[in-house]
Amino acid sequence: MSGSRDAILRNIRSSLKRGRIDPKTEAGLRARVAAHRRNLIPARAAALDRLQTMELFVAMAEEVQATVTRLSSSSAVAGEVARYLAAENLPAELVMAPDRSLDAIPWAEWPLLQIRRGRAEAEDKVGLTSCFAAIAETGTLMLISGPQTPTTLNFLPDTHIVVVNSDQLVGCYEDGWDRLRTSGPGETLPRAINFITGPSRTADIEQHIELGAHGPRRLHIVLIEDDETRRSVQDADQPAAPTH
Amino acid sequence: MRAISRNFEDNARAGLANDNLQQALGLAQTGFPLRRRLAINRLPEFEALRETGRSIKDHTLEYLDFYLEFYESKVLASGGKVHWASTPQEACNAVLQICRSVGAKTVAKGKSMVAEEVGLNEFLEQNGITPVETDLGEYIIQLRHEPPSHIIAPAIHLIKEQVAETFRAEHRSLDPDRSLAEPRQMCDEARAILRPHFLAADVGITGANFLVAETGSSIIVTNEGNGDLTQTLPRVHIVMTSLEKLVPTLEDAGTLLRLLARSATGQEFSSYTTISTGPRRAEDLDGPEQYHVVLLDNGRSALIGGEFQDMLRCIRCSACINHCPVYTAIGGHAYGWVYPGPMGAVLTPSLIGIEAAGHLPNASTFCGKCESVCPVKIPLPKMMRSWREREFAAKLSPPVFRTGLSLWAWIARRPALYHVLVEVASRALGWAGRGRGRFRALPLANGWTAVRDLPAPEGRSFQSLWAERQKTGAAK
Amino acid sequence: MRVALFVTCLVDFFRPSVGFAAVKLLEQAGCTVEVPRAQTCCGQPAYNSGDRADAKAIALQVLDAFAGYEYIVAPSGSCAGMIRQHYSELFADDPVNLLRARELARRSWELVSFLVDICGMRSVDARWDHEATYHDACSGLRELGIKLQPRQLLASVAGLRLKELPGAEVCCGFGGTFCVKYPDISDKMVTDKEADIAATGAEAVLAGDLGCLLNIAGKVHRLGRQVEVRHVAEVLAGMTEAAAPIGVGR
Repeated sequence: MSGSRDAILRNIRSSLKRGRIDPKTEAGLRARVAAHRRNLIPARAAALDRLQTMELFVAMAEEVQATVTRLSSSSAVAGEVARYLAAENLPAELVMAPDRSLDAIPWAEWPLLQIRRGRAEAEDKVGLTSCFAAIAETGTLMLISGPQTPTTLNFLPDTHIVVVNSDQLVGCYEDGWDRLRTSGPGETLPRAINFITGPSRTADIEQHIELGAHGPRRLHIVLIEDDETRRSVQDADQPAAPTH
Repeated sequence: MRAISRNFEDNARAGLANDNLQQALGLAQTGFPLRRRLAINRLPEFEALRETGRSIKDHTLEYLDFYLEFYESKVLASGGKVHWASTPQEACNAVLQICRSVGAKTVAKGKSMVAEEVGLNEFLEQNGITPVETDLGEYIIQLRHEPPSHIIAPAIHLIKEQVAETFRAEHRSLDPDRSLAEPRQMCDEARAILRPHFLAADVGITGANFLVAETGSSIIVTNEGNGDLTQTLPRVHIVMTSLEKLVPTLEDAGTLLRLLARSATGQEFSSYTTISTGPRRAEDLDGPEQYHVVLLDNGRSALIGGEFQDMLRCIRCSACINHCPVYTAIGGHAYGWVYPGPMGAVLTPSLIGIEAAGHLPNASTFCGKCESVCPVKIPLPKMMRSWREREFAAKLSPPVFRTGLSLWAWIARRPALYHVLVEVASRALGWAGRGRGRFRALPLANGWTAVRDLPAPEGRSFQSLWAERQKTGAAK
Repeated sequence: MRVALFVTCLVDFFRPSVGFAAVKLLEQAGCTVEVPRAQTCCGQPAYNSGDRADAKAIALQVLDAFAGYEYIVAPSGSCAGMIRQHYSELFADDPVNLLRARELARRSWELVSFLVDICGMRSVDARWDHEATYHDACSGLRELGIKLQPRQLLASVAGLRLKELPGAEVCCGFGGTFCVKYPDISDKMVTDKEADIAATGAEAVLAGDLGCLLNIAGKVHRLGRQVEVRHVAEVLAGMTEAAAPIGVGR
């Protein structure tokens, strides 16, 4: 197909009335890519403190029919998952990402929860994953593929539970990409980065919004507030000190 | 996809007479435009983002050759392959070759307008490979053997009773007496029917809303999850896309993504926005083993640097379509090909030629609504006018209109004669219509009087009355 | 202020009353009004049909006829829009006339926006005991930003109750030659517009462009409805006695 490649590039250059760009211009373009400068970020997602970030995230996620439970410690997660499944009348079975960050949760304290670690299969009804970041701007979860984070967990099961730590909360998508660029190994992105905003839906029949088209019908977010966030919450709840 | 845009007038008339379509369009009219308005009201930066979006696209087009080569190098570095296709035939052949190389029998498809453009489904079927559409709207029209009538909501022309009828006729293994009265039931049924196809498919084909040069990635923006299942479960993932989807960086994609969902459906962000880069990594537990990008030109490179370049900014949001009073009157099938509405009126002649698509840029009042809602500020009416100029120069417009207009212009350039003729005509027509004040019918005016009365002139021209007023010096 | 009236071909032929209403309003605003004789059309029919040569020739005629006036005012958003937004595009490759076109554009205005934005008119001295609704003609709205000005002035007309039209900004289906080239589509659009007008219960509908008004009136009468159709200038100038509504005999 090198014939077409050359023809297409030649056509583009001839349309632009020039040949290959000169080295100086090319260097400038490469620099532009390497700098990946941010464009305008909506004020809604910028300059938020920890509490505002969390509150915005929860509000936006709930707006798109995700459900959110806030916990004060990861030790409460297993219990919350068991509660949620029972409340939704779902069997206490789930497939969980082999994600080491989920190991610290005391799953063993809930022996009735049947857990398999691995990727999802067609019969799985409930999947549980961590996330890479949680984006307050639109209540969006950022999940990346990897050896411990298979993507099938995000799409095959009917119910998707995501454990989010409050230190994963960021304001905008660009914050998420910056974290990825600094944390990930090597030059290449993960195979898949899923930005998930609420459960699956369609409006293809008469504009009626129906949840659970092909992906999960339920998206449940378990948000663990770390110490710093919890302190902000407490501060916010205090009545203002009287002034004389 | 075979174009029937030549038959626009008949197609439009059929659309106007189709009660089911009119009912469906009525629902669409209030749905998307209202939701878009609400989403934009919540984002004060929307106008500024439109300007940024425009400049990102313009910049990319100015250096498209550089960005394409850069993009390709990144795709290769991540283990993917790029297949450059000048023509639809080359694109189809590339897909076929990939499918054959893995002995594919079935292909799961996410929604791709580029795939429609090149007629991929038909081509695969002719070569013994079964494509299964998985987007709910695409699936419905595949069952009905219809083309899409909208670029993001392909079945928008149907009312739910029609969908139910189709499901009942095609899903024969299910209980014929089951209830399909509600979209919920049909949705569940489609989900159950299509799930095995995702799992069995050898190859998954998606489109791409954007390609990112910085990382060699493709981005799909969906709500159902079918696109993600399509590109995760099968062994091979093929991205059917075109040159102008490219943007330089993830940050640039971010800006356009902020514009896209809001402009399309009024969502803040789609349920699933996925950035894909190459095939599965060695230690991944799932994902395709191969990742291919079929990059189609089909005339786009020729638009760069010319009067239609701005059309290449299009991010396929469908805002112009949703807000167009002509589209909402006649529906998408009237346009006769893949791309309907204002964006179709500009793009279709570029891709299949003005002779085949001549009506499309003419069937517009230039109300300007499309341009006002376009997230990347494409001057759609201006480009439709450019097509009209080309048609005029090539004498493609109907002779009666060309003659009439030439005559009008000839007279209009001779004011003295013009004033005499206008005065004579307004007296004559004014006198003829003086009783009723309007005409139900009038020779030579059938285009008007077929559907509405023609108000009678007052009986004198302004210029002659003014001249009289000046002479007598009468004050009003 | 010395104002030249751009009559427009539709006003000249179909409804001079609109022209006289415009003159009256401009004089009330303190302008002296002249009507250059060498004007016929703004060239939009040729321009929108792809006939650039004729459009340019007609535009040149306009440039010549209206040279030397402080302002050019047209009782039509579509003609004013043609001059303001599109003449410079016509002369893009003709530097001398491009300059003249730009300069003319700066002096050219649609009537109601001229009265409010340039003359500073805030109210009119008119009475019209009617319940009316208002259609926003597309060119005036989207090319010239005319939205509030007619409503501001109509609010000052004694006895007039203005009801907002749902879908006021949706095209009525006139579109110049569109309405005769694609009559079925145009019919659907104007039928929807009439239904919206009927739904307000208003006795009258007003707009700032005669093309839209002829189209709407034509449909109103074909359907046998009683809605009164007039150009907004007639109401603002208090000249509704002077002429029957559009499409109604004397």
